[in-house]
Amino acid sequence: MSKSRSELSIILRGVAKDPLGLIGLIIVGAIVISAIFAAWIVPYDPIGMNIPDRMQGPSWSHWLGTDNLGRDTLSRVIMGGQVALKVALPAVFGAMAIGLTLGMIAGYGPRWLDNLLMLFFDTLRSFPTVMFALAVVALVGPSLQTVVLVVMATSIPTYGRVARTQTLTLRNSEFILAERAMGASMVRILGVHMLPNIIGVLGVLAAMDVPTVIALEAGLSFLGLGVKPPTPSWGALLKDGYALIRQTPWLVVGGGLPIILATLGFTFLGESLRDVVDPKLRKNR
Amino acid sequence: MFIYTVKRFALAGLILIVAVTAMFLMIRAVPGDPVSIMLGPRATPELKASLIAQMALDQPIWKQLLIYYGGLLRGDLGIDVFSGRSVVEIVFQQLPYTLEMITLSVVWSATLGIALGAYAAANPNTMIDRIAAAVSVSFVAAPAFVVALLALLIFAVQLQWFPAIGAGEGFWGRLNHLVLPSFAIGLSWVGYIARLVRASMLEVLGEGHIRTARAFGISERRIIMSYALRIAILPVFTVIGVGMGFLLSSAVFTEIVFARPGIGKLVIDSITTRNYPVVMGTVLVSTGLFVLSTAIADLLNALLDPRARSAK
Amino acid sequence: MSDTLLEIDNLSVDYETERGDLKALRDISFDVQKGEIVGIVGESGCGKSTLISSILRLTAPNTRFRQGEVRFKGDDILTKTERQMRDLRGSDISIVFQDPMQTHNPVLTIGRQLVDIQHRSKATKAQKLDIAAKMLAAVGIPDPQARLKQHPHEFSGGMRQRIAIAMALMSEPDLLIADEPTTALDATLEVQIIERLKDLQSEMNCAILFISHHLGVIAELCDRVVVMYAGAVVESGDVREIFHDPKHPYTRRLIECDPGHIKTRARILPTIPGEVPDLANLPDGCIFRDRCEQATDRCHQVPALEKLKEGHFAACWLNHHEEAAT
Repeated sequence: MSKSRSELSIILRGVAKDPLGLIGLIIVGAIVISAIFAAWIVPYDPIGMNIPDRMQGPSWSHWLGTDNLGRDTLSRVIMGGQVALKVALPAVFGAMAIGLTLGMIAGYGPRWLDNLLMLFFDTLRSFPTVMFALAVVALVGPSLQTVVLVVMATSIPTYGRVARTQTLTLRNSEFILAERAMGASMVRILGVHMLPNIIGVLGVLAAMDVPTVIALEAGLSFLGLGVKPPTPSWGALLKDGYALIRQTPWLVVGGGLPIILATLGFTFLGESLRDVVDPKLRKNR
Repeated sequence: MFIYTVKRFALAGLILIVAVTAMFLMIRAVPGDPVSIMLGPRATPELKASLIAQMALDQPIWKQLLIYYGGLLRGDLGIDVFSGRSVVEIVFQQLPYTLEMITLSVVWSATLGIALGAYAAANPNTMIDRIAAAVSVSFVAAPAFVVALLALLIFAVQLQWFPAIGAGEGFWGRLNHLVLPSFAIGLSWVGYIARLVRASMLEVLGEGHIRTARAFGISERRIIMSYALRIAILPVFTVIGVGMGFLLSSAVFTEIVFARPGIGKLVIDSITTRNYPVVMGTVLVSTGLFVLSTAIADLLNALLDPRARSAK
Repeated sequence: MSDTLLEIDNLSVDYETERGDLKALRDISFDVQKGEIVGIVGESGCGKSTLISSILRLTAPNTRFRQGEVRFKGDDILTKTERQMRDLRGSDISIVFQDPMQTHNPVLTIGRQLVDIQHRSKATKAQKLDIAAKMLAAVGIPDPQARLKQHPHEFSGGMRQRIAIAMALMSEPDLLIADEPTTALDATLEVQIIERLKDLQSEMNCAILFISHHLGVIAELCDRVVVMYAGAVVESGDVREIFHDPKHPYTRRLIECDPGHIKTRARILPTIPGEVPDLANLPDGCIFRDRCEQATDRCHQVPALEKLKEGHFAACWLNHHEEAAT
């Protein structure tokens, strides 16, 4: 455990040395911290209506103005960050875990299983993400869980294919062959020897995937098919702002900028991580 | 090449069959009576009975699937519950709007992205290269629907340079209505393609044949424009082909934001009215489009790169 | 004097690296007469490639010309503008590169590439294609008209090297630089290509600067030879002279180690012990000192390239007996 902790600090130090990586780290850190402590730092109740103050432009008391129900935009933006991470993190980690397992099975298992899983990945990938999400939402109805499930399903193939390629490469490497010759069990080979080598690459992919997921959640909420009102989400802010774009345009800015900022932060962090963890990937992606 | 083409389309077909089956089973797996869900509160016993007969819902599931495939082969995706029109007709009426928007987005973003990437690669580590790199990363980070909303707010609502809604009439009117939507969809692609072309261009410029061209006194301009670029843009085709799914997703949002006709708007409208046959038909058509464009990108790559042609 | 085509005079070239300046070439001097074939021989890393790219001025961005001149027909190449250089490349000076698999653009047809390099000619495209086909025939490619329409990957390595030679000779250059043109090929192909090159040379009477680490090929083809070691010329002179009476210990060991020269059956091929010195951090004195069996105290000073007799130079204190006695 201490070994992996020191590795993590080496990686973080490498990322911090790169200016873009540092910016990414700061943005992501700010989003995560404000999401964790959202309940304490919001200046107003993000779902509390205050009709007298409705549709106010940005001012000292409401930095980002208020919406048509008098709710403070800044508070909703901060709370929305929490919602975004609540969708993104389980979806990304869930997809990574399932993709990793299936990918390793495909790479290590018999040929027919590999072919079957590859067909599964290809099929899952062949649905345009949003169309697939819309189809599912249409069938089971909108909710936070639906969004998480849909996002997970659509990103499993990416992790699965990368894990499979890595497993196939490692499978024939000398140290694995030596382990097999010494009669190590499959579980031991996959768990002890391959997993640490694959997880780094998948971690980089996951960091790059977070913004896609955040954007998808916001998009579905914007369409009214994501998280249900009055839950504050960046997408819901955009939806409210779009509906009254002439009266409350600051809602569009308040909902749009955090999404762009989060995307920028995770992208910078992911690219920097990739350079530190595996410079070879740079060429392939 | 011929065998490769056949194989590639066979794979595309197989994926489509599995995808259609999966979706069909998914619809049937939804708890509750599909007819009631579909018809919602409007359901009358007569309407229900006619729909059950029409969709063969009283048959066993494998038979339903066969009937469904039979319909697919005849180009029949079912019938709109409300208007009674065929779903295929409805979808293909909307599809051109989406395709023209996507095409324009790809054309402008690929052109600019390739130019930017090639220029950066030809002048590596200069100020312009660094600026291009920073701009590219920032563009990549811009989700289409956020860009669409901000563009709508700035250029249509505030500045009123471009129309905010609809698809327009006549060639110039349509083009005018396409500016903001295709800007929104294309923006992230500019950065993505620029980075891709820069990387592949730098790789190509380091190859032996470029040194040969230089050793024969061929001008640097010509080396970049016709010797290196021709190889460096090959991955762009693949990326666009594979990115078709992403483009279609962006199109859904953009059509909503700009209230444009198209399959994205069609699918959202159908979801709100619980018009399931139309939802499924649209998703199927867009899936088919995606699978097809991936296959075409692969074939195009093989066609343009003689090396790939001989390897396959 | 007017017969001298290429003169390299005290050329020193560095590469700026993070470890400090890499002294890739130091005080290189030799010349090539019109119509002459000069061989350059040495191990990999001895500066052969730097020398070629310096003559064509196709150097990496971190290259610095520290001193000396490269005179082609009397004009210093190092002071020419990029535009003037481009006029020389592929017309007066042309080159055949080492790896035929990478010489040609993979997505253009051979015909297109052969036409493109005639960019200075005013001829029509049909005429240019005709010239291209004639050149291909001249280097021994059967059915040239049809093969012009093919892409590089449809040719074998030997064929591609023939095409590269055809390209290089198309403009009838005064100087042809051949950078290990046969290293990547089989032995039988090597002989064929050398023969072809020899024939074409006597036909066109161009000078050839032939770089190789294969002594047999050098002996077969060249009039004179320049032996390089770790970025410096250690010996130069007439081919027969040097092969029969090498004056530098490095040349001697090189000849001994050449598989073609080993007469007795040996279990282990002879090698030169030790390593080439670090060019970023050169030792004092003679660069070959650490690997030389005959090194003495004098070798702590750098020996100059001395003229031993007409057309034979060597940089070794062993050739300074008379001086040492006085």
